[in-house]
Amino acid sequence: MTEMRFREAVRTAIAEEMERDASVLIMGEEVAQYQGAYKVTEGLLDRFGEKRVIDTPIAEAGFAGIGIGAAMVGLRPIVEFMTWNFSAVAFDQILNNAAKLRQMSGGQLEVPIVFRGPNASARQVGSQHSHAMEHFYTHIPGVKVVAPATCADAKGLLKTAIRDDNPVIYLESETLYSLKGDVPDDEDFTVPFGLGRVAREGSDVTIISYSRIVHVALEAAETLAKEGIEAEVIDLRSLRPLDEDLILQSIAKTHRAVIAYEGWPYGGVGAEIVDRIQRMAFDELDAPILRVTTLDYPMPYSAALEQHCIPQAPRIVEAAKKVSYRE
Amino acid sequence: MAKIVEMPKLSPTMEEGQIATWHVKEGDAVDVDDLLAEVETDKATMEFRSFDKGVLLKILFGDGAIVRLGDPVAIIGEAGEDVSDLVAQAEKAKASSDDAPAAEAPKDEAPAATPAPPAPSPASGGASAPAVVASSVDATGRVKASPYVRKLARERGLDLRTISGSGPGGRIVARDLDGTSAGSAPAGRVAAAPVSREPEVVKLSMMRKTIARRLTESKQNVPHFYLTIDVDAGPLVALRKQLNTDLGQLDPPKKVSFNDFVVKAVAIAITRSPTVNATFTPDALIYHRRVDISVAVAVDEGLVTPVVRNADQKSLVQINEEVADLAGRARDKKLKPEEMTNGTFSISNLGMFGIDEFSAVINPPEGAILAVGGIRKEPVVVEGAVVPGQRMKMTLSCDHRVVDGAVGAAFLAELRKVLERPTQILAF
Repeated sequence: MTEMRFREAVRTAIAEEMERDASVLIMGEEVAQYQGAYKVTEGLLDRFGEKRVIDTPIAEAGFAGIGIGAAMVGLRPIVEFMTWNFSAVAFDQILNNAAKLRQMSGGQLEVPIVFRGPNASARQVGSQHSHAMEHFYTHIPGVKVVAPATCADAKGLLKTAIRDDNPVIYLESETLYSLKGDVPDDEDFTVPFGLGRVAREGSDVTIISYSRIVHVALEAAETLAKEGIEAEVIDLRSLRPLDEDLILQSIAKTHRAVIAYEGWPYGGVGAEIVDRIQRMAFDELDAPILRVTTLDYPMPYSAALEQHCIPQAPRIVEAAKKVSYRE
Repeated sequence: MAKIVEMPKLSPTMEEGQIATWHVKEGDAVDVDDLLAEVETDKATMEFRSFDKGVLLKILFGDGAIVRLGDPVAIIGEAGEDVSDLVAQAEKAKASSDDAPAAEAPKDEAPAATPAPPAPSPASGGASAPAVVASSVDATGRVKASPYVRKLARERGLDLRTISGSGPGGRIVARDLDGTSAGSAPAGRVAAAPVSREPEVVKLSMMRKTIARRLTESKQNVPHFYLTIDVDAGPLVALRKQLNTDLGQLDPPKKVSFNDFVVKAVAIAITRSPTVNATFTPDALIYHRRVDISVAVAVDEGLVTPVVRNADQKSLVQINEEVADLAGRARDKKLKPEEMTNGTFSISNLGMFGIDEFSAVINPPEGAILAVGGIRKEPVVVEGAVVPGQRMKMTLSCDHRVVDGAVGAAFLAELRKVLERPTQILAF
């Protein structure tokens, strides 16, 4: 185990996989000469050279497409979006090429590519740069979507993503990059897709979350514990595929659920989870499932208003008490 | 042309009605004034008659449903007519009645004199927590319970109808089952029918809601004070005995009760001391010139107060027959609303139940109520000597806003004079 920051865990995974497999490369804006907009790729240019650590123009549709083409002919590209917001201009490449080619070619083509970068809110980056993009990407059959909350999972999930023979959407968080945590040193340490983890055990209410909001949910759970409500916090880690078993086991224990995440309330990952719970655990529910989401507005620039819109611990506490009939 | 039939106003104060029984079914021809259904209002079970001629095409609420005033209950038209549009329109309006359990609690707290607030629209009322309702059983008999509770109830053999819910809108949630256990009998014993230790939950009848609302309103809004007298009932007992002996000779024989004497005596005392026969309103004091005595009558579900009109102008026998008729129809829930409203003074008599004295709650908008105790045989002092005597206590509850202490006392003094020299009761 080595204690390191989240950005270092991501970098370690990239470096280890580049060492392990010569077909792995990384490309994106400022990943090489500038050492990464968020210093995730710091040092990689020196280690692996400019053929495998490639600065691109500001042209997401172009370099996403180049990455997909490279993957189709046998390389394993990692495409960094400076933030996931910019993937919007590359959406057609991801939706129509990355996600479709295996099926449309009858299995003759595969697209082993990882798209990664920081997702959702940062601090005052405005309405156009604060999107939680997983709600768009989890909609698509043909891609896998993962969102680590811890440093160990950052490494383990990224290594699994790079080794996967399908397109993977890997979501980081600008405000998680400085998080410190223990990371296994094992170069073959991977975290399989489709397995969540119990971040905190509890018996009274299940709080389901992923990425940065797992930490907010844990903070809420501490507050709830002081009021006699023991919350179980589930870190999904993987949004597609989704760990249904873990969710259902927890609901069978607590009989009530709150789902907390960044993104607008209409539809999205939370609504999908609500659907699965009500369908597969209807008889276990003692209360309607509640979601704590980003409020239904374009993100305000004002720091106070931004914090008001983003899910905060008090809102999770309130929802957990409501489903526990403890208002 | 088909039309929607709405819940009519069958009593002056009704805000909703519960359909007791439909007397026609879908497809039946109906004529003007045909009996459609019996409807339980806050006052009585009323006949709901048709204003239209045609065919009953659709019943929108079945027996037992509670429907708000003016909401659609049925569709009448010509045989075979397509009523799908009207049904859709009715369904929309009906939503307010479906929401009634949630809307009821706040509404019932509103004073009777002010119009009920509109039921919350489904849009605003749907998601937010509705007001707490004691019973989890809604008007159609459906129990509101979480899916998990239903699963537990199946496993434990619980009857959810016996459990009250603490969740929103009376929903039964898991914590409401704490302390209930599997319905199975202890091992080794012959399984007997499990005796539930849960309280029996009785849904509020329309009458019970009305009693709760009106009496709470009275006690909260009317400043009550109480004056008690203890009258010598000896002459009254003797007079009644003699009178009933004489009335018993008639064909058919007649009989009068102590209560009839009290009603008439009160009416006479009111004519002599009329300021207790009054109503407080925010703008003015109303002193009634009519003497309409409300008589509290116990019935199965609670009590009602039918009114003996112009009691000062009626004989004891007339009063007796009228009270017997009103009380009998009250027990059958056949009183018309107008027979229970617009009294000016109330009498509540619990003497026949062995009560010596009590204080009654004023029946607004009346200004006073007389609570009559039973006649007691007890030693009394007459001219310095202890002798056997008979006494009757009466307590007047007064609305201090309109009846002051001296006014109430003056009335009771008149009443004492009438009751202690009771032959005059026969004269007026």
